[in-house]
Amino acid sequence: MSSRDDILAAVHANLPKLDRPPPWVPMFDDSPPASLLAAFRESLLEMGGDFLDAPAGEDRLQPIRQRLTEAKVVCSATPEVAGNRPLSSVHAPQDLADVDIGVVRAAFAVAETGSICLTDANLGVNALGYLSQHLIVLLDPADIVVNLHHAYRRPEFGQGHYATFHTGPSATADIEGVLIHGAQGVRSLTVVPVPRPAG
Amino acid sequence: MNDNQAAIQAAMLGAELATSGMLHPELAAPSDESVVKEGRRLEHAEGTSRPIRPPSEPQPRGARIRGNRRVSQSEAANRFIAATQHEKMHDERLWDLRQKRDRVMHRIPEWEELRSLASAIKEHTLTHLDEYLDQFEANARSNGIHVHWARDGAEHNRIVHEILREHGATSLIKSKSMLTEECGFRTYMASVGIEVIETDLGERIQQLDNEDPSHVVVPAVHKLRTDVAQVFAKTLGTDPGNSNVHYLAEAQREATRPLILKADAGMTGANFVVAETGTFVVCTNEGNADLSANVPKLHIASIGIEKLIPSLEHLAVFVRLLSRSALGSPITQYTSHFRGPRVGGEMHVVLVDNGRSKRLGMEEFWTSLKCIRCGACMNTCPVYRRSGGLSYGATYSGPIGLIIDPTFNRHKYSALPFSSTLNGSCTNVCPVKINIHEQIAAWRKVMAENHELPLMKKSAMKAAGALLAHPTLYRAAIASADVALNVLPRFALYNRLNAWGKHREVPHAPRQTFHSWYRKNRGTP
Repeated sequence: MSSRDDILAAVHANLPKLDRPPPWVPMFDDSPPASLLAAFRESLLEMGGDFLDAPAGEDRLQPIRQRLTEAKVVCSATPEVAGNRPLSSVHAPQDLADVDIGVVRAAFAVAETGSICLTDANLGVNALGYLSQHLIVLLDPADIVVNLHHAYRRPEFGQGHYATFHTGPSATADIEGVLIHGAQGVRSLTVVPVPRPAG
Repeated sequence: MNDNQAAIQAAMLGAELATSGMLHPELAAPSDESVVKEGRRLEHAEGTSRPIRPPSEPQPRGARIRGNRRVSQSEAANRFIAATQHEKMHDERLWDLRQKRDRVMHRIPEWEELRSLASAIKEHTLTHLDEYLDQFEANARSNGIHVHWARDGAEHNRIVHEILREHGATSLIKSKSMLTEECGFRTYMASVGIEVIETDLGERIQQLDNEDPSHVVVPAVHKLRTDVAQVFAKTLGTDPGNSNVHYLAEAQREATRPLILKADAGMTGANFVVAETGTFVVCTNEGNADLSANVPKLHIASIGIEKLIPSLEHLAVFVRLLSRSALGSPITQYTSHFRGPRVGGEMHVVLVDNGRSKRLGMEEFWTSLKCIRCGACMNTCPVYRRSGGLSYGATYSGPIGLIIDPTFNRHKYSALPFSSTLNGSCTNVCPVKINIHEQIAAWRKVMAENHELPLMKKSAMKAAGALLAHPTLYRAAIASADVALNVLPRFALYNRLNAWGKHREVPHAPRQTFHSWYRKNRGTP
């Protein structure tokens, strides 16, 4: 017998003879926060992320442009922000090793945890979210769901081959519990509220 | 009050706040090295909720392993306790994680409902495990994932080796996986000439120090910064006199990145596997699993067959519970969902049994398969916190280890179920409601029936057995023991014959036994 058949047969023979129906899972959304954006921002800051909002009346992208002037290599997977390392020139993930700032658009965000969701389509090259030293994430404030129960009803988890929640930057406190940002992945993650282009 | 007095009072109040709730206030650090943003001190991931810093001291090592001989957890624990700074720091940090868990739990009104749901989902899946495994395999295959099956650790290692050989791969970057620890994966790979590089900071420290991980979530939690500085000085060439944590973490990042960029293959584990969509889910704080999965062309995931859950609606329950239970952080920094290979890449999943199907058939112990490896039971356990994970001499330590390890080797780990006070705290914090302390007690019975009792326990148990078999005798003994506890001088309680008095204060005895209270208040039982 193959290992597969062996294991499945052993599992079948040892199944506990008990009636355990699957439970119904509520959405737990009876008391949503007054503002999803404010709740998201608060959760994001708690998890070490940054939130960069342009002053009222100013161009939404202005704070990003300011950040980009400090970077040598910028790779953007969004049409709104231009970088100097076009994704079309990236043939292997390793080509992103020297990127200072990566720019991506989130598929959506989760107020409960301060997470943003990035899919393989959002990232262009998945490694952009990890090899970059810093990540800037555009988020349409209309794309925020209240909690993870709502998040997992979204279509992204059944479409592409990769979808990930980023909640703040890469972090570790493996040595004496001292919190460090920038363990192996990005050193900072900045969310900028920018509505999706119309159409 | 003048300004000076006010300043002194404020400083005293600050000091009091900083140390309140600490088990060992003397560990309070004079300055804070954590991240502060917009005036708030961050404590997400496994960060401590207050600055702590112990003086340096040589590191105690773990249990002595001698072939198949019974591991003595208490012998190694004694050495850990003798290393006062290590013991205090370990105790403090893990108790802090437990307190962080409590705080974050209180913010979720439906917490207890989530625990019940998680338990019910796992029990449903485990009682239909063959169907869900079959469903996952079909869906994963249709998305382009190669699915392999391994009966045990040895077969797992051979399968992975074969995949690597076919690709001419000689270096592998990997993220933390308790399953690969079970399989003795790194030892095997070293024997066939494949370089394995752990990319989680804690796991990398342990790999470079030739030690096993001591905790399922924070693998190097038993080490002080000065221990890490020594390991890195020897292996990465850092300054042996510099134990600044930011310096050490940055040195590891810089040393590991070139290895990540040139690795031939990447390996991850999985926290959850969704049958309905053919997805596996990996949760980390460092982003190292996503680097391992997304930089090399080849991604291999090693997954225990108990990780299955039916669908995405169930996944929400577990993601909400995992990091909150483990670290008191609302979610891990990264929660990644893999459904298939990326363009130009190749993805393999190895489903591993390694004793799980057998455990499923054990009437008293099958629910241990519900475990999601959060480590909450370890953080709360008074024995674990004071003896360190390496004292257990097994892949899994702490309360969950006591009930899983004997399924791998009943004789070698026969003393482990006795390393517990049966206080039940582990059961109370378990996010999937495993009755851990009851299973520990049940394992003691199994060991007794199989003549695996350690000698000391045997003579004590014989006397206790006679007592427990006779209710009248038992009640008389308890009443007199309580009186004795209140009147006996210290030397009678804290001596070498009373193992319970070692390193702990015996509790104040109640004025009345429960039995006499019940008889008085509730009539004749």
